[in-house]
Amino acid sequence: MDWLTTVDHKKIATLYLIAGGFFFGIGGIEALLIRVQLWKPMNTFLNAQQFNELITMHGTTMIFLGVMPIIFAIMNAVIPLQIGARDVAFPFLNSLGFWTFLFGGLLLNLSWFMGGAPDGGWTAYAPLSSTTYSTTHGVDFYTIGLQIAGLGTLIGGINFLATIITMRAPGMSFMRMPMFTWTTFVTSAMILFAFPAITVGLVLLSFDRILGANFFNVEGGGNPVLWQHIFWIFGHPEVYILILPAFGIISEVVSTFSRKRLFGYSSMVFATILIAFLGFMVWAHHMFTTGMGPVANALFAIATMLIAVPTGIKIFNWLFTMWGGQITFNTANLFAVGFIPTFVMGGVTGVMLGSAPADYQFHDTYFVVAHFHYVIVGGLVLGLFSGLHYWWPKMFGRVLNETLGKIEFWTFIIGFHLTFFLQHFLGLIGMQRRVYTYLPNQGFDMMNVLSTIGAFLMGVGVIVFLINIYITARQPAGVENDPWEDGRTLEWSIPSPPPEYNFKQLPLVRGLDAYWKEKMAGHKEMTPAEPVGPIHMPSPTIIPFVMSVGLFIAGLGFMFTTDDFGNSFLNFMFNKYIVVIIGLGITFGSMIVHSLNDDPGWHIEPEEQGGKGVEA
Amino acid sequence: MTTLQAEQATENLPHEPEKATLEGRNKILGFWLFLAGEAVLFGTLFATFLTLRNQVADGPSASELFSLPITAVATLILLVSSLTSVFAIQAMHRADKKSLLTWLTVTVVLGFSFLCLEIYEFYEYVVHYGYGMTTSAFSSAFYTLVGFHGAHVIFGICWISLLIGQVAKKGLTVVTAPKVYVSAMYWHFVDVVWVFVFTVVYLLGKVVG
Repeated sequence: MDWLTTVDHKKIATLYLIAGGFFFGIGGIEALLIRVQLWKPMNTFLNAQQFNELITMHGTTMIFLGVMPIIFAIMNAVIPLQIGARDVAFPFLNSLGFWTFLFGGLLLNLSWFMGGAPDGGWTAYAPLSSTTYSTTHGVDFYTIGLQIAGLGTLIGGINFLATIITMRAPGMSFMRMPMFTWTTFVTSAMILFAFPAITVGLVLLSFDRILGANFFNVEGGGNPVLWQHIFWIFGHPEVYILILPAFGIISEVVSTFSRKRLFGYSSMVFATILIAFLGFMVWAHHMFTTGMGPVANALFAIATMLIAVPTGIKIFNWLFTMWGGQITFNTANLFAVGFIPTFVMGGVTGVMLGSAPADYQFHDTYFVVAHFHYVIVGGLVLGLFSGLHYWWPKMFGRVLNETLGKIEFWTFIIGFHLTFFLQHFLGLIGMQRRVYTYLPNQGFDMMNVLSTIGAFLMGVGVIVFLINIYITARQPAGVENDPWEDGRTLEWSIPSPPPEYNFKQLPLVRGLDAYWKEKMAGHKEMTPAEPVGPIHMPSPTIIPFVMSVGLFIAGLGFMFTTDDFGNSFLNFMFNKYIVVIIGLGITFGSMIVHSLNDDPGWHIEPEEQGGKGVEA
Repeated sequence: MTTLQAEQATENLPHEPEKATLEGRNKILGFWLFLAGEAVLFGTLFATFLTLRNQVADGPSASELFSLPITAVATLILLVSSLTSVFAIQAMHRADKKSLLTWLTVTVVLGFSFLCLEIYEFYEYVVHYGYGMTTSAFSSAFYTLVGFHGAHVIFGICWISLLIGQVAKKGLTVVTAPKVYVSAMYWHFVDVVWVFVFTVVYLLGKVVG
């Protein structure tokens, strides 16, 4: 019950981690099934329909329900601590964002048990996603599930933006913010400008499918390429929404374990902003082969390649940070150091794909599959593992086992390169993506076997990580404030795990890497910026949970409005929009209840805070 | 509330009550961010409409359908409602609760009149022209864009009505003031979007063809 009503950002982080991890596991199993199907030519393990459903759900689940929530988990756990805040700006909305994500994700995965998962690819290209070619309710689950989950992401983005703008500790100017806070800030801004576009896209697609609208239906005057524009004006920024937080994590980890401040901090900040800006300018490079014409193709190709410049700045800054540092190669740092060359490889193939004429050759081959897995798995997932190992002691008060961590790292990274490095060559010699099997003796056979073995090695790596968590959780908690002893930012100046109110007294920030600066000045803790006093806390509430349940019900109801159940009661409930109205009634009713009860919150008095205070 | 009590409440209320607390300032900032997202949402809807506005298939086109006098009156009503919500905020800054409630009520009534005109317009199209969601890509885009705006108007009417009740009951405080301020921001935004709807959908459809 406590977990259903919590508005504490640290608990919400744990919820995001568990739910995201769960969906990550599902997405991983889907990936393994795909690889089993492809391990030999003309395999009959899966049929074409099952394969289509699996690739669609693998992509959708991993991006929207796997890695995004784990990013949000780390952001929620770390951002308020890094900026010296007691909570996020909108604790209620934070909880709402989590629950809408969870119920959206559950709705999407319900499709497996209710007549078939979406099968139009994770991009749901029209007309493949139209009722003509996708006759089950699969794509409806996709549009409505993602709609509800996307709402949560948008809420989270707004919340982090407001938090970082208004809740920074005294003295923390924008140019003193830790790099992970910066990338979270920029990522949240990108979410704010990218997600409403997909919201509209999903609305249009569900109107086409459920209300018989004609947006993407050529017979009625619609335009399928419009879907691609709307999808990618969101979808390309989404790639940077995913990778920028990883850049932030790597910056923190590399700097901490090199015992040096981040090289070129301000160039890192501006590179981040530039990447975000350019990320919005290049969406049509996903559409070179739709016939946009040479001028559009050339412009989007050039804009795409420009992104290599700020990204290169980042790569060199990480290398220069390590240069001459006292480097500790623990698991967190191994993942960070492993990230750098892996991501560079993904970036290089990105430039190759960004060249329009070359893209005509690479398009829809395994070269593309290899490229984006190098970016998303070799970039983001390695970054997430690095971040989880790095902040685990802060989140849960226990350091993860190093031996197991190293086993995890090596199995995962070897498995990863085995799986996807070979796929570049599979693509170059002509193996198509999205096709459920292939003919023997085209030179694909051996590489596909190795690729499948690699995928299972990655699975082993993830299982080792889970074992590590389990073993560590059985040991008593109680690590120091600063278990790495080289912590540079504010989160390391408070106990692990932090108390409910984070900071007994808000810290005074006197420079970049605030805590390191105090340590170098010989201080054991931060100088407080305020005297000890009662701390205001928001009250827990069940309303976000109820609101999300309402949306879930309304979504299910909307999906089945045109169905004939062969049962007059069910037909009445669904076809007359009664279920939709009930669901929306629950959601809006809870909104009204929430807005009528002005929650004054509660206070933690100084005597309940424990420990001695420091005079401000 | 007696006159004396009202005067005391006025003395206690800061000059800009909506920005007096951190919660209030956060709410306003968060709402600006939300409106930025809404702008992208409507931008995408407008782009969709512009792409599809001549794709009439076998159905009627914009110049056959639209009646400018009705939408012009609707536009006028909605723009005036923005002005009355400004009066409401000015009343709030004077800590004049009664005037605040009056102007909010006027705003709601104007919004409701606008909505009635829009419902009448849709009714005409559907019944007399047989022009529905499924007629053509143009009709789908039209109903979705204008309908989204209409849904925003409905939401705003419900929201401000609820606030009128709340302010009447709880009075004008540093808790209620940010809510009123934010709802006024929302209402202005909805009005601005309508200006674009009027230009891009109706004027462009009727005048340019």
